[in-house]
Amino acid sequence: MKIALRLLLALAVAFAVSACRKDTQPVEDTTPTPVEDTTEDVTTSAAPDPRDYTDARNFDNPESLLSKRVVYFDFDKSEVKAEYRSIVAAHAAYIASSSSAQVTLEGHADERGTREYNLGLGERRGNSVNGLLSAGGARGGQLDVVSYGEERPICRVSDEDCWWKNRRVEIVYTAR
Amino acid sequence: MFSNAKSTSFSDMTVTDTMKRLLLALLFITGASAAQARLEIEIVQGNAAQLPIAVVPFQWRAAGQPPITGVASVVSDDLYRSGLFAPMDEKDMVDRPVDAESIKFGTWRLLKTDYIVIGQVNDSPSGSGFDIVYQMFDVHTQERLLSQITSVGPGDLRFGAHRVADAIYEKLTGVPGAFATRIAYVSATGEGDSLQYELVVADADGFNPITVVGSPEPLLSPSWSPDGEKLAYVSFEQGNSAIYVQEVATGARELVSSGKGINGAPAFSPDGTKIALTLSRTGNPEIYVRDLRTNDTRQLTQHWAIDTEPTWSPDGRTIYFTSDRGGRPQIYQVPASGGTAERVTREGDYNARASVAPDGRSIAIANGRGNEYRIAVWELDHGRLRILTPGVLDESPSFAPNGSMILYATREGSRGVLSAVSADGNVRQRIILSEGDVREPAWSPVIR
Repeated sequence: MKIALRLLLALAVAFAVSACRKDTQPVEDTTPTPVEDTTEDVTTSAAPDPRDYTDARNFDNPESLLSKRVVYFDFDKSEVKAEYRSIVAAHAAYIASSSSAQVTLEGHADERGTREYNLGLGERRGNSVNGLLSAGGARGGQLDVVSYGEERPICRVSDEDCWWKNRRVEIVYTAR
Repeated sequence: MFSNAKSTSFSDMTVTDTMKRLLLALLFITGASAAQARLEIEIVQGNAAQLPIAVVPFQWRAAGQPPITGVASVVSDDLYRSGLFAPMDEKDMVDRPVDAESIKFGTWRLLKTDYIVIGQVNDSPSGSGFDIVYQMFDVHTQERLLSQITSVGPGDLRFGAHRVADAIYEKLTGVPGAFATRIAYVSATGEGDSLQYELVVADADGFNPITVVGSPEPLLSPSWSPDGEKLAYVSFEQGNSAIYVQEVATGARELVSSGKGINGAPAFSPDGTKIALTLSRTGNPEIYVRDLRTNDTRQLTQHWAIDTEPTWSPDGRTIYFTSDRGGRPQIYQVPASGGTAERVTREGDYNARASVAPDGRSIAIANGRGNEYRIAVWELDHGRLRILTPGVLDESPSFAPNGSMILYATREGSRGVLSAVSADGNVRQRIILSEGDVREPAWSPVIR
């Protein structure tokens, strides 16, 4: 038990360190490496197909787009950039497939500019993702947008390395 | 006057009594910590021609012990912080006259002071509180410029001193003082899950801080009622933004708006009967005006853009607001009774969050250029932009009620601090809280 805990802790630390290292590159690898179907016996307990976006197990599968739940934006912009559209589409597919799914889209801005304007900007970003999710089959009653503006930064240093992480919409499942 | 304020718990009626008591205890503790974490004010840039003045320690004639910091010392500090005066150090005063007859004007001329203030503190004849009796003379002409009595309640000697400073400031500059006022600001302390937000009200010199409300969720956009008794603000305590109006003295508060979407940027009308606010219930932020007596809410703008940060002209006829309907945020104006919006600022990439000068002739704004944000003044008459601060992340300008200074939020490293700059840009103060991140300042109206 203790060993398992320690292992978990080590993993968590390693993950945190690696998360800190990816610095200037906001674009996550969105073209998933093709998964080769060479495994022999596919049992029910085997890893889920990462491209099956109706499979809730993929929320914790780093191979799957469903495990990515943050969309990043350019400064003072609210269009969902091309590289994030596949992530949003994956979530749209899941939400459309699960009538019990409930999602809050939390919109955020970086610290530049005024706080109330940034509340508006965070909401506009949330609305952009909302629009794409709806277009992908999610029903209006499943989606909710809340803007926190610049009030809940991920990172607190005043430079672009930090700012891009704060200009985001977090796709938060309150029910799956 | 300042002593009986209470804190309000962020969870009104929903929690059990025990929980409530616990929360109150917690809030009490945070209130106490705010009281220790007083704002320190220092001048980073003063006016070239500061008036030399000597405020001689006032004679204590009241019963009981005099306060540790005397009235004259509070007056000197106020005058110094305005950047317009060079008060004489007490140590350099060779003489401490109490009445006009004993002032040796020749000596004060040699000490190179232009003005001398003398006075005494008496028990009020009414039996409660104090009378501050004081006079000011021109050292060169020996003319008596002021002779006044300021009466204050038992706990308000500091407040009385600020009023003395106000009178001196007005006599010598021609502009009413704004020392007997208060400021509201939001402080954030702690990190991560233990982050605690507090809406604090303090005297304009940073003394007597009181936590008006505390919450683990963000607080922002405090706005004073014109009588200085209430604050409207935005709180995320329910998970989404909501607007509250709270009495500073009693802590009693009212939920004004908590609909779907943004409930933000409250601003009292100059007569206190209405509140302008930003709501996004139609899908994007628009400006609304709510009548506080009837709760009638009228939509003032109708545009797909972000319309927010409304603020009133002093005559209550015009509302200035921020909108990005032209592509980037700029200041627009619209009649408060409804009508067509017109663009106001015409220079610069990013102009937002207007604070209107008390004379209504200019607005202070956050002016952005690239990654640099500075406080600027837009002169409404001439259509001219004047940059006042060095940046680089300055925002939330708030005019003093006498128009002399603009309080604003800036950053030092990754920490938010407050600063103030004179309306002509010549004097700048740095206002530091010993710990935490401070933002969203709002200067109160004149307290009568």
